[in-house]
Amino acid sequence: MAEPGALRAYWALLRGQARSQTSYRLSFGIDLVSNVGATALDVFTVFVLFGVTSELGGLDLREALVVTGLTACAFATGDMLVGNIERITLYVRTGRFDAVLVRPLGALPQLVLLDLPLHKLSRAGFGTAVYVVALAAADIAWTPARVLLAIVAPAAAVVFFGAVFVVTASVAFWWTESGEFGNAFTYGGRDFTSYPISVYSGWFRNAFAYGLGFAFVSYYPALALLGRPDPIGLPGWVGWVAPLVALPATALAALVWRLGVRHYTSTGS
Amino acid sequence: MDLVTATVHRRRYANVAADIRTFSALMGAGFRRYSTYRQATVAGAFTNTVFGFLRCYVLLAVAAGAGTATVAGYDPARLATFVWFGQGLLAVVLLWGWTDLADRIRTGDVVADLLRPVDSVTRYLATDLGRAGHAALTRLIPPVLTGPLFFPFYLPHRWSTVPLFVVSTVLAVLLCFGCRYLVNATGYWLLDVRGPMVLWTLGSGVLAGLYFPLRFLPDWVVVPLWLLTPLPSLFQTPLDVLVEVDPTGRQLWLVALQAVWVVVILLLCRLVQRAAERRLVVQGG
Repeated sequence: MAEPGALRAYWALLRGQARSQTSYRLSFGIDLVSNVGATALDVFTVFVLFGVTSELGGLDLREALVVTGLTACAFATGDMLVGNIERITLYVRTGRFDAVLVRPLGALPQLVLLDLPLHKLSRAGFGTAVYVVALAAADIAWTPARVLLAIVAPAAAVVFFGAVFVVTASVAFWWTESGEFGNAFTYGGRDFTSYPISVYSGWFRNAFAYGLGFAFVSYYPALALLGRPDPIGLPGWVGWVAPLVALPATALAALVWRLGVRHYTSTGS
Repeated sequence: MDLVTATVHRRRYANVAADIRTFSALMGAGFRRYSTYRQATVAGAFTNTVFGFLRCYVLLAVAAGAGTATVAGYDPARLATFVWFGQGLLAVVLLWGWTDLADRIRTGDVVADLLRPVDSVTRYLATDLGRAGHAALTRLIPPVLTGPLFFPFYLPHRWSTVPLFVVSTVLAVLLCFGCRYLVNATGYWLLDVRGPMVLWTLGSGVLAGLYFPLRFLPDWVVVPLWLLTPLPSLFQTPLDVLVEVDPTGRQLWLVALQAVWVVVILLLCRLVQRAAERRLVVQGG
């Protein structure tokens, strides 16, 4: 698949997108600015909550911001790179997915590149800035291993969120009118991982944190960076291997996507 | 020269019975239209319920972390009820995702609206009330029934709260419709409503009380926000009325404030619609 011809074609798709999106400069500029808004509000909410409490799930503001920052950075980046796969419902419902399948390129990379939202670059940049500031503000005893984790953890989280986007979008192959269903796991996953998972409890926490793996996205890596024990009781090394959760997530996403594409039958009109 | 459009041309004699019949027929049509999106309704109710869990746990952790009996006037049962009714109410007032008018302006279909013998604002309002009625049955009830199974729940202690909550919810629906109509109507001038729409989506979520109860903010922010913008009246007011954070007198004032905002915003819709009709250039060939 990765022969030079295909790579050139993908590159052409990306360049075409960049050109078309930036041709309306004012519009693009407004989008760049307004896209920061959603992530900024998420972070603002954390500050408001800490206005009425001094700790949340056992973490203070500076520590909680590492969790929030890691999620903000990773979700915004993952959303920019893969998030528009959500539009698959439109492609499946209208039968436009046929046009994607007949081209001699992979269906997934095509869909991702076909409407890559470059204006979301600003949000990814803002999320990364929040993460970096949070790391600097938190009292972290830096070691080479922690520096490495601080870089690997958001990268793995980007992959994880990308996988979540692909899996929830694939639902459309079986359930065309799934509507907001996927949001429960994509945006829901973002909200879940924005706070220390010690605030949740019961079967809901088990399902989201361990069943779906969201605990390993930002909470456990943040604990390892901060050098804090887990109040829920998992051993300290969990945070160091947590980024590996991206591997099974990617494998699952690839499997579900392939099954979905195989299941796809055109609209028949 | 006389302008004759749906809103400018007025009948000399009002026929109230016929108006009511038209209005209820349009409401029925709105109800039926949304009742055909059955799968989307199920998916939406599921998603609201998941977000109910997420927000409820976070706010209860805030209450636990604060270490006091109440935070900003809410005890844990009130916070949980606030979140779960809020998740149900979200689809009833429909803060987000209504672009019907803006789409019709962009495509030029809006010209058909102007040919109809019913005023544009009234017609969209009737349809929206039908939609809200459908949402009250299908989207409000699932999260409201799920919440109490897993979290403490606050039942109103005063009988007057229940009718007041119903009135407040209806006013919130009317008000939210008006705000959405105004945001959509910017399309008459801008054609592309993405900018106003993004501002509305971001602003209404946080400043109406969806992300956190607005009373978490300091008074010098909340009081002007409540009095000078319609946003808290969209969402925070019905929920605060329901969980009785205020005595009856203050509840009544909050609902009266909502009513004032409904009148102001709907009148504004009317004015904006008239102004738009005078300058409308229909798109398309």
